[in-house]
Amino acid sequence: MLRLFLASLAILCACLTANAQETGLQPILQAHQDIIAKSSRKTIGPAIDAIAASDLPQAQVMLETWAAKDMWMRKSDGLFFAGKKAEGRSYELIDFDTGEVVGTYQKSDLKQLKPNSGIRAMIGTALVTFQLTDPNRDKRLAALQSIQRDPEAALLAPLRASIDGEPDAALKAQKQRLERLLSIGFDEDTTARVAAITDMSGDLGVDVRAALNPLVVTTRQVAVELPGNANIAAILKPGSEALTRDAAYDLLVANELAAPRVSADDIRAALAANIEGGRVGDVPVAQLDSDAKRVQAYSVLAEAGTVPAFITPADVDAALGAHVFFEVFSEPSAEVTAAAEKALERIELKVGLNQTLDLSLDAISLASIYFLAAIGLAITFGVMGVINMAHGEFIMMGAYTGYVVQQFIPDHTLSIIVAIPMAFAVTFAMGVAMERLVIRWLYARPLETLLATFGISIALQQLAKNIFGTQARPLTAPGWLDGAWVLNDVVSISYIRIAIFVLAMIFLGLFLYIMKRTRLGLEMRAVTQNPRMAGSMGINPGRVNMLTFGLGSGIAGIAGVAIGLFAKVTSDLGSDYIVQSFMTVVVGGVGNIWGALAGAGMIGGLQKGIEWMNPSNTLAAQTYMIVFIIIFIQFRPRGIIALKGRAAGD
Amino acid sequence: MTYLKSTLAGSALFAAMATAALSAEDTIKVGVLHSLSGTMAISETTLKDTMLMLIDQQNAKGGLLGKQLEAVVVDPASDWPLFAEKARELLTVHDVDVIFGNWTSVSRKSVLPVIEELNGLLFYPVQYEGEESSKNVFYTGAAPNQQAIPATDYFLDELGVEKFALLGTDYVYPRTTNNILESYLKGKGIADEDIFVNYTPFGHSDWSKIVADVVALGADGKKVGVISTINGDANIGFYKELAAAGVSADDIPVVAFSVGEEELSGLDTANLVGHLAAWNYFQSADTDANAEFVETWKATMGEDRVTNDPMEAHYIGFNMWVNAATEAGSTEVDAVRAAMYGQEFPNLTGGTAVMLPNHHLAKPVLIGEIQEDGQFDIISETDVVPGDAWTDFLPESAVLKSDWKDLGCGMYNTETETCVQTLSNY
Amino acid sequence: MERSFIAKNPSVLVFLAILSLFTIAVTVLSEGFGIGVISTSFVKTLGKTLCLCLIAVAMDLVWGFTGILSLGHFAFFGLGGYMIGMWLMYERTRLIVVESLSRADIPPTPSEVVDAIGTQIFGVVGSSDFPLIWAFADSLVLQLVLVVLVPGLLALVFGWLAFRSRVTGVYLSILTQAMTLALALYLFQNDSGLRGNNGLSGLQNLPGVTASQDVVSIWFLWASALALGLGYILAAWIVSGKFGLVIRGIRDNEARVRFLGYSVEVYKLAVFTLTACIAAIAGALYYPQAGIINPEEIAPIASIYLAVWVAIGGRGRLYGAVIGAAVVSLLSTWFTGGQAPDISLGFYTIKWVDWWQVLLGVSFVLVTLFAPQGIGGLFDLWANRRHPDRHGTNLGPDDSSLREKEALE
Repeated sequence: MLRLFLASLAILCACLTANAQETGLQPILQAHQDIIAKSSRKTIGPAIDAIAASDLPQAQVMLETWAAKDMWMRKSDGLFFAGKKAEGRSYELIDFDTGEVVGTYQKSDLKQLKPNSGIRAMIGTALVTFQLTDPNRDKRLAALQSIQRDPEAALLAPLRASIDGEPDAALKAQKQRLERLLSIGFDEDTTARVAAITDMSGDLGVDVRAALNPLVVTTRQVAVELPGNANIAAILKPGSEALTRDAAYDLLVANELAAPRVSADDIRAALAANIEGGRVGDVPVAQLDSDAKRVQAYSVLAEAGTVPAFITPADVDAALGAHVFFEVFSEPSAEVTAAAEKALERIELKVGLNQTLDLSLDAISLASIYFLAAIGLAITFGVMGVINMAHGEFIMMGAYTGYVVQQFIPDHTLSIIVAIPMAFAVTFAMGVAMERLVIRWLYARPLETLLATFGISIALQQLAKNIFGTQARPLTAPGWLDGAWVLNDVVSISYIRIAIFVLAMIFLGLFLYIMKRTRLGLEMRAVTQNPRMAGSMGINPGRVNMLTFGLGSGIAGIAGVAIGLFAKVTSDLGSDYIVQSFMTVVVGGVGNIWGALAGAGMIGGLQKGIEWMNPSNTLAAQTYMIVFIIIFIQFRPRGIIALKGRAAGD
Repeated sequence: MTYLKSTLAGSALFAAMATAALSAEDTIKVGVLHSLSGTMAISETTLKDTMLMLIDQQNAKGGLLGKQLEAVVVDPASDWPLFAEKARELLTVHDVDVIFGNWTSVSRKSVLPVIEELNGLLFYPVQYEGEESSKNVFYTGAAPNQQAIPATDYFLDELGVEKFALLGTDYVYPRTTNNILESYLKGKGIADEDIFVNYTPFGHSDWSKIVADVVALGADGKKVGVISTINGDANIGFYKELAAAGVSADDIPVVAFSVGEEELSGLDTANLVGHLAAWNYFQSADTDANAEFVETWKATMGEDRVTNDPMEAHYIGFNMWVNAATEAGSTEVDAVRAAMYGQEFPNLTGGTAVMLPNHHLAKPVLIGEIQEDGQFDIISETDVVPGDAWTDFLPESAVLKSDWKDLGCGMYNTETETCVQTLSNY
Repeated sequence: MERSFIAKNPSVLVFLAILSLFTIAVTVLSEGFGIGVISTSFVKTLGKTLCLCLIAVAMDLVWGFTGILSLGHFAFFGLGGYMIGMWLMYERTRLIVVESLSRADIPPTPSEVVDAIGTQIFGVVGSSDFPLIWAFADSLVLQLVLVVLVPGLLALVFGWLAFRSRVTGVYLSILTQAMTLALALYLFQNDSGLRGNNGLSGLQNLPGVTASQDVVSIWFLWASALALGLGYILAAWIVSGKFGLVIRGIRDNEARVRFLGYSVEVYKLAVFTLTACIAAIAGALYYPQAGIINPEEIAPIASIYLAVWVAIGGRGRLYGAVIGAAVVSLLSTWFTGGQAPDISLGFYTIKWVDWWQVLLGVSFVLVTLFAPQGIGGLFDLWANRRHPDRHGTNLGPDDSSLREKEALE
């Protein structure tokens, strides 16, 4: 008992003395109170350095609290505390040094410190030394991420020291990798750097390139003669492709090694400044509306010495001849730059190959989206020959069904499982109703089907707006579809796109199965080819048409759920896909599912290809793709895979 | 057919006259020119509702100049030529004293000639690209220097971004804003090859390649930041792809100029935490005035509705107009305009907005981080920034300034000291 | 045996009489020249409606008479607007620029003037150089020629490619739709040189004209009425002659006309190109009244609406197209303008702003199903004229008579 009392007394004393000697964390914070409260990355540096350098064990907790936006300042005295939400709008404040609750305060008496992500990164870097050997795996991981984000020379030593003691194999590998990367940039020994570069030269990671690229950065310089000690990358000759004569002269001007050229604006300004009695250099002002007259007037002024003279080609020649132009590495060691360039060359080749792979994946993904959107149309338009302009609205209805289901079933996985058959049921019913009420009467008038279904389309779109409003509605994918399948830093594809691809393939299989292996498929094909003959064989063409149309619409509904998951759910969702869907079917070849597949593949591939050639303008890709399709149809009016013989109908 | 046509013409006329007759001289008419159908309805309907709410509030307070206010709502249906037609109708048929309206720049450009010809008064509540100053328009949204420039400064100073991806929807606001930003960044020493620009169509949904391109920008070891002027629905696909690619806000921060609370309500924001938006207003602003505004809005429109920046712009614009009209003792356009200069009104976010002689507001700029609940955590607030009609970062515009109070000119060349033109270029 | 054109087509005279009466009535009632009962904004609406009627006549010619369901005629309409818009913008800006530069110390060089115009026009879209397609923008005459030439050429090339490879029916419709979409997307790009999404604006201000819009709107109404009148006469003349018989033949059975020795492609191409030119002229008159043209105007939906108007008005009769365009577009204006009174059902109030599109869509389906003759069919009822009920099928010697029965079941 006495011991306990003595111990607590000792702690109390320790605290008091600590306060008296001002060795706690609070005094350090108070010393930097202004800049901490100001919370700007530009000025915060000294505060973080001081906290990190204090070597106090509570500094880690304090920094972590700060980064989590849980640090509060008491307005009355400017002291900093960790804050914890209490009743209502009040917060419980905890002292960093003692870990004791100081009291509960109203929010209005406090100021929350919200470090922005720039400061959080700096805090993270400061925390690295604390966290690298932290028993908590997450904190060690956070430390590694901080190093990765802001590699610094000072972090190399603690990182190296922590590798051996690392119990977790994955983290150890990551630490070793980071150690290599930091060595490239910061090791003091050149051979160690070259060795690190060679070690990493087969790696595709963005971080490797990020470590290597700064080493081979060059600046373009000009001098009277080559400096002896610089690590020179190349010597440039004016007039060559790498350095035009104009660019070379501009470089001279920028370095104040030559007089600037006289531009049209300079002439204008000089003339305006030298008007005397309605004339400039003997030329009346009214005549100065042509370039020739202006040059003439300017020459007069130049001869008089009032304005700088024109730069003649001879002047340029002389200036260029008198100087040498070269590019110099900012990295002084030639060995390192040579190794880095070699490594980068190897990596670039690999990156190029992988980028092509990534682009192909994107193209396949886009193609599968188009295919999914078009597959219903491939049935209604391709097989039955019905132009259904409301196809896009069926897609939209499917997406909204998904949204509505999600309102009732909060579990995302379950709701998607329910939504898919629901969407099919809703759009199937809608499709059957539409076939019975409208399209049935118009089989002989395909052009009018187009117009009637367009009427339905605008009515449905507006109805969706009236019911669901104009705001986009969330349709959230289940958690296991979040994220992406990452092959390496270059090649990755999101799971949701893979899911769409799989869905498209399932439908392809389903379609083939229904058409080739079931009675319904047989009847469908019979009715499409010759309704009268089919009718005389005991098939009810009306029923078959109804089911076929319903099937096509139902598949559009399921496509809607998928597209809604991947993009957005709005009332004009369908109209975004309708033209592309028709193109897909037409380009591929009507009446053949493989045609739709080929069409989707071609459109997707082409669009990605054009995007790759002109990365800054996606709109151009779409434009040129359509132009290409128009031209393509001129040469293959029946599409890529054209039906031949009797099946072609006509 | 004559019969048909004249009946039609007659009925339309009758309707026009009927509305005119119904509203006798005892009300002051306020035109609301926001699309209620078509693609822009998604954003603009909210503003119409805001205006109706504000007018109701004002009427409850006793109206204006002893008269009740009456809203005249028309629907230009996201059809740009229709904006001009409806503006003319508001000004000549309905004789409104002021119009609150428009969202897109192209709709504003469509309305401008009509407003200037008929000497109307328009309050435009949306952030825009600047490079314009009309005598008849008050711009209560942010000019580029009140949103884009501070956000870029934040990227440069606070986040240490060295390489920029400027992603935008292909229309005038992103084009001009990116142009200004490119010029600004070059002035800050960012090299040409460190600025990546991409334009996508409205409603674009296939973002995988663009996101991959942005990630690949990090290959030369510089910190990459994205400045997004992507508009409307396209954002949903963009953020979904960003989240899927696992791009964390700590690695590649995205600051958006067209993403507010309304846009986020169509998204699951769990994966977007930490990405940024720059606005003059966020719903999360912690003031009493804002708490009251949000509460009234939710009471009128429903619990799940959010407030956003253009709504605050209308709130400030409308109240300034009411005060100016009270001061001038009339709603006549020129009198109100004269009284508008120097008009002050408290922001919902604290502080006071001031109407400048160039028809723009002086307001502080806020930068917010996206939170899990779809709201923004305000993480930085600048001092008051006066809106600048003509940007200082493009050579042609740097010499221009707008001052309707003393110079009486919206496009005044300070170099030659002449007024370039008094009408706007549309 | 040779009856005069008018005698064969009494409806043309009636139409022209009604059109002139209408024009005079509007003029008398207008603010610019009359007693001011009709507001200027409504005069503009009426003027624009006349232009829409003109393109509807063109659409009827190409669809109702030749059987080509083109979903791309608004592309030509828009191009016509763009061509005239370029001159209007250039000239208006030039006047402003010359005015402002004349105040400088030194007179401007011609290239400085052009640069300043470029900065003014393209400043809003972040550029300042004139693209090549503006080469003729300084000349009204050349630009007027381009109004017809550019859409005409586009139609000629597109039509030649399409008809040559015998793309017909719904395929052609989709192809024309693709053409409009491609053009719209192209114009949406800033690089197209026509100010991207912003398009050309302020077109209602005629350069050098100081008259108020009240007056200008009437001028345009007259011009539109004149163009509609002339276009109607031209269309009526075409369809009433031998040419008209051939194109009707193509509509009803293309193969048979081809076997009779007619060059079907040439006929189709001629009609397609001619209607494209008419559409372009309509567009050139429409957009100065609308005040702004941008790519959204060319979007595929606009052309589909055009087909809707013609179908509702009644295909295969010129006045039907005019009635359809006028009725539907004016009704649209009325319903979406918020002027139509709401209907209260007790539990729900029908706001026409929300429900007009639904009504339009449904009525369109009903017209297609039950009244293929459209509003024009009412005139037949009145004249007691009967049509064979063919449901649009060809009544040929092979299987079509039988399919006819099935279609009727």
